[in-house]
Amino acid sequence: MAEYNFETEGVKKTITFLNRKAPYGTIYALEVLESVLISAAFEQHANIVFVDDGVFQIKKGQDTADLEMKNFLPTYGIIEMEKEDADEDEDMDMNWRIIVEKESMEARGLTPDDFKVTVEVLSSAELADVLATSDAVIGG
Amino acid sequence: MLHTVNKSPFERGSLDSCLRLSKKGSAILLMEDGVYGAMSGTTVSDIVANAVKDNSVYVLGPDMKARGLAEGQLIDGIKVVDYAGFVDLVANNDGVTPWL
Repeated sequence: MAEYNFETEGVKKTITFLNRKAPYGTIYALEVLESVLISAAFEQHANIVFVDDGVFQIKKGQDTADLEMKNFLPTYGIIEMEKEDADEDEDMDMNWRIIVEKESMEARGLTPDDFKVTVEVLSSAELADVLATSDAVIGG
Repeated sequence: MLHTVNKSPFERGSLDSCLRLSKKGSAILLMEDGVYGAMSGTTVSDIVANAVKDNSVYVLGPDMKARGLAEGQLIDGIKVVDYAGFVDLVANNDGVTPWL
């Protein structure tokens, strides 16, 4: 049987999570969210990016009780807390950015106040730089 | 960076988003239903032809063939790759951004 090395000591990558789908119509958003949580366990750098209908994932006021589906807005609240903890902890080398593309946000009539978490709003050109400099991009 | 687009540009915005958010000089591979974006004479042909000027645009041959697209129907400058060529693209670029 093959042996795998899961040792991540000293390994530091920047992973971009590219959310492009609205939250409940398909499974994409939930799958990406689970990947984000896994990367947190390995203390990697992460850009959590919301583009196209993905911006709807962090819209305030979601209530999925009648759908009997998991409302993952609270999980994004936890991700924001994790990010703030990492920012404040000098011993922790984990830089997380929560980014929304300006063009996608504006096309959907949203402003940063509509989001559950504090976001960085970047232009398409600025976001293209973020993608190009990532070690890996997880799409969804 | 290699960008892959696997949805038809007539059904989804994947190709538009890829072109908006990729830097000049990128490699872009149209695959699965994304291959329809490589056809000339469509409503998106001009956009793709423009992208060919600034980027290396590829289309996956087996997906094209399966859908009845011939090389003569492709926008000028788009290169056809087979599965081995796909592997080379992945190996020769530092990362893949999937536009699903």
